Amino acid sequence: MLKKRIIPCLDIKDGRVVKGVQFLELKDAGNPVELASFYSKNGADELVFLDISATLEKRKTLAEMVTQLSKEINIPFTVGGGIQSVEDAKLLLQSGADKVSINSAAVLNPNLIAQISDAFGSQSLVVAIDIKKTGNDWYVFIKGGSESTGILAIDWAKKAEALGAGELLVTSMNNDGSKNGFALEITNAISQAVCIPVIASGGAGTADHFTELFQKTEISAGLAASIFHFNEVPISTLKNVLKTQKIPIR
Amino acid sequence: MIAIVKYNAGNITSVKNAVERLGYSCVVTDDETLLKQADKVIFPGVGEASTAMNYLKEKGLDEVIKNLTQPVLGICLGQQLLCQFSEEGNTECLGIFDATVKRFEPKLKVPHMGWNNISDLNSVLYNGISDQDDFYFVHSYYAEIGKETTAICNYIVPFSASMEKDNFFATQFHPEKSSSLGEQLLLNFLKL
Repeated sequence: MLKKRIIPCLDIKDGRVVKGVQFLELKDAGNPVELASFYSKNGADELVFLDISATLEKRKTLAEMVTQLSKEINIPFTVGGGIQSVEDAKLLLQSGADKVSINSAAVLNPNLIAQISDAFGSQSLVVAIDIKKTGNDWYVFIKGGSESTGILAIDWAKKAEALGAGELLVTSMNNDGSKNGFALEITNAISQAVCIPVIASGGAGTADHFTELFQKTEISAGLAASIFHFNEVPISTLKNVLKTQKIPIR
Repeated sequence: MIAIVKYNAGNITSVKNAVERLGYSCVVTDDETLLKQADKVIFPGVGEASTAMNYLKEKGLDEVIKNLTQPVLGICLGQQLLCQFSEEGNTECLGIFDATVKRFEPKLKVPHMGWNNISDLNSVLYNGISDQDDFYFVHSYYAEIGKETTAICNYIVPFSASMEKDNFFATQFHPEKSSSLGEQLLLNFLKL
């Protein structure tokens, strides 16, 4: 049976992990390779690296980081942040990233989805969608959530799939940082509207939130950052909890 | 020396890195002489079948690969291209394995992406690996089960997780992305 995936997300700035990760086991918690190895050994199923510096001059630093990661990491990893063109995607994929993720750039230029998908295959492309509830509906936001697009979340998800996305990473801005659990209803509705896998993001605060995610929805994977980084819920503990709930976990 | 077939398919960097992590030196090449001389050949690939086959034919690599006599390991699209025929782009493939490659009916999410367990293991490549262990898959097409199947995975339908005939070995999953068990499988191949 296909397993539900647990995916830690690491924010990267200038080639370093940000958000004050603290593990006694690590000599240098800011080193993306060291932290990635740690997560991988502890049972992470995949990793996502989000470059928040993402300026042109930092792009080369990011590619160098991806090269190092690819040498050391034996599980799949996705790299996102500031990818604007097929060339940007190509550099990261050739450096050894398994997938790239695009967000605002895809909304502003939907054809970028088709271009990357045609060039490298849909399996190499994750379309990240930031969504926020306004009134009764969920809309797509861009530029780090600062700008509303007026596009309905489900409409954009379907369009991204039709253009060639291999997977969707859906972050609920209402839930992100709340530690009150994932946005189950809308994320599941998005998953049911498309045939490609959907990763839920935003709101994970406890192991029970993952249990709930996988018991109440058909979502393929759950992504989180701070609960793993601050060791509030170690990945191995989370996986044991999920196994006792009979959720298919590696 | 380990040779990795260089062609217009993705994921080659990861395979090279995995082989090097295991302490073997390797070269990524489309040179016929180097491929023939290598101790082992890895035929990786993520991509579209007809585009890949056209490229291999243009470069004459189709005949080179078919006639290799040392151990060869196809990975993912590599396994599919070693079969007879793929529904992806209605492609005549290399014909080592007597199997057809079909597209998953979208009864569940397609691509089949993530970790899945394999069973009915029957290959030296699985030394140190147990029935029901998980490996990482990413694919929308699968090789049917046949006499050359050496492990089965079940997603929508049971399909060939791996295959073997004479000196040709292949996996649908990605050993280079399947953590320590994937490395074990690669090591078993490299030690053949």
